[in-house]
Amino acid sequence: MTKFLRRTYMGLILFFLYVPVLLLVVFSFNASKSRGVWGGFTLQWYVDLFKDRAILAALRNTLVIGLLAAAISTLVGAVGAIGLYQLRRGWRQGLMGLVNLPMLNSEIVTGVSLMLLYTAMNLELGFLTLVLSHVAFCIPYVVLSVLPKLRQLDPHLPEAAQDLGATPTQAFFKVILPDIMPGIFSGFLLALTMSIDDFVISFFTTGMGVQNLSITVYTMAKRGISPKINALSTIIFVVVLGLLAAVNLPDLRRKNAKASRPPV
Amino acid sequence: MSEHLIELKDLTMVFEDGYTALDGINLSLNRNEFLTLLGPSGCGKTTTLRLVGGFAAPTSGDVLYMGKSIVHLPPYKRNINTVFQRYALFPHMNVAQNIAFGPDLRRQDKRETARQVADMLALVGLRGFEKRAVASLSGGQQQRVAIARALINKPAVLLLDEPLGALDLKLRKEMQVELKRIQVESGITFLYVTHDQEEALTMSDTVVVMRGGQVQQVGTPQDIYNEPVNAFVADFIGESNILAGTMIADRRAFFLGHPFECVDSGFGEDAPVDVVLRPEDVKLKSVDAPIPGAPRGVVISTLFKGVHYEMRVSVGADELLVHSTHAREPGTPVQITVAPSDIQIMRKSDMSPDAPARAEEAALPISDERM
Ligand SMILES: Nc1ncnc2c1ncn2[C@@H]1O[C@H](COP(=O)(O)OP(=O)(O)OP(=O)(O)O)[C@@H](O)[C@H]1O
Ligand SMILES: [Mg+2]
Repeated sequence: MTKFLRRTYMGLILFFLYVPVLLLVVFSFNASKSRGVWGGFTLQWYVDLFKDRAILAALRNTLVIGLLAAAISTLVGAVGAIGLYQLRRGWRQGLMGLVNLPMLNSEIVTGVSLMLLYTAMNLELGFLTLVLSHVAFCIPYVVLSVLPKLRQLDPHLPEAAQDLGATPTQAFFKVILPDIMPGIFSGFLLALTMSIDDFVISFFTTGMGVQNLSITVYTMAKRGISPKINALSTIIFVVVLGLLAAVNLPDLRRKNAKASRPPV
Repeated sequence: MSEHLIELKDLTMVFEDGYTALDGINLSLNRNEFLTLLGPSGCGKTTTLRLVGGFAAPTSGDVLYMGKSIVHLPPYKRNINTVFQRYALFPHMNVAQNIAFGPDLRRQDKRETARQVADMLALVGLRGFEKRAVASLSGGQQQRVAIARALINKPAVLLLDEPLGALDLKLRKEMQVELKRIQVESGITFLYVTHDQEEALTMSDTVVVMRGGQVQQVGTPQDIYNEPVNAFVADFIGESNILAGTMIADRRAFFLGHPFECVDSGFGEDAPVDVVLRPEDVKLKSVDAPIPGAPRGVVISTLFKGVHYEMRVSVGADELLVHSTHAREPGTPVQITVAPSDIQIMRKSDMSPDAPARAEEAALPISDERM
């Protein structure tokens, strides 16, 4: 009985989590324009999508902004994480709190405050401010993926490298960096995902007609739901899912490998 | 001109929190010597090694290498290599890459390096392990790789910080023999750290017993075992009986409520002393044939220890630890004799019986906090 209840409960949760997305995906292949009616399978909306100039421009913006923001935030975040790691415990925990706060902060607050900042600095809202905002909210994710890798590091590794004749700089590039590279890489992917996914902060900090995909979806939806939106959202969903899988896969694989290895 | 390879002069280390970890250490290390720092946990062994390796700078004092101060040289400019307690192998490199780390930094010819790596692997008994991932190696094998990685640089001195601490007893014994062989074959000077007295005595040319940041005694293993300078060393180096006593006159000591003939002199009359008796030197005799002047006692417990029996014998207010191949039932009355040359007399010091931390307690393995 309890087993039955447990299963139903899990089933309901999964249902509410995934049915909307499933509907979205199904309707993106629906030949009928009206929602709720299945008019047969078609790829028409996907074809239309790639003929739409506005959408293609938004796609390019999203990719360029995503890659730029991910690259910059990875660099800043990784250096920041290394700095944090070398701090004393008390300082580190305090600063970590400050770094994590923006992630918990409501996006709308982040968006509005960034907008205020740009206006106060007389920065014209547009491509640049969009990139800056994305860099800002991506940094904590990078720090969070790099820091655990640093903590896992044997604290004697840099000393061992110096002992064998490496200068501190050589020790960093030959020993520390290769070891935390997986963390840096997953930080990059995570930042890219967050950037591609973002709507709220982008909405508040863009201007001059610079639109990314999520803003384009929003404006299209305001003008009336077009099945193209379903197709576009499906693509975004699949891409984001793929990126997240890429971020988590190495970890999962390692855990499995560990579990299957006999205890030492 | 100095005949010493390494000299530590009045080395003092006071940490930021005001804790004095080293309090005026003076030591010298000769070429080809196997010198071991031995002492309980927290006595400053690792700190001493770190100062020699260059990973920390002393508060005062000097480290000399062939007579020249190296105290301001960073680790990468010292001709000294270290085997770290947890090996600190580079996890993203295979065995060969780990060992070749030093030569590669020096941009040594690749073929020459490959040949040396093979030689090193042969020396540490890991022939053909070049391509293995370090994570796939057992503790003992990682240990050997760490040694090879250090030795390939032909250091003047190899520092080893409890390198066998993480291994099980059997492997530890094997590696002790192995390490000694490697030291003799490579001709490299070893500065070794352990808190295992048996390990120190079996491997070393010279043992340095430390306590609370100070050197207690320096000597050959035989010196340290047979002639400990104080009760702390005696207690730490092996199980022993340390009894409070008095020197009645030269070559006459009083303890266990009886006068004993001994070989020590020069303590003055009625001087309070500590008397050290090794458990194997205390002889138990049956009371059937009374021996004049021999204290009497009763066996309290008997334990078989594989080669010998370990017995506790109560003598008046004292209790003696006795090792013998001949077992006696608990409750048996016995007479006690000790040969004069087996009685070790030491001046009473602040390191007297109840003061020192027990060696066994200090030697408890430290659990691994990481992982
Ligand atoms: N960075 C530090 N700051 C303050 N105190 C320290 C520091 N490093 C070591 N100590 C203290 O110095 C003392 C000596 O430490 P050390 O590591 O040299 O001991 P050890 O003899 O190697 O002991 P063990 O056998 O447990 O390794 C200890 O009491 C330790 O707590
Ligand atoms: Mg130590």
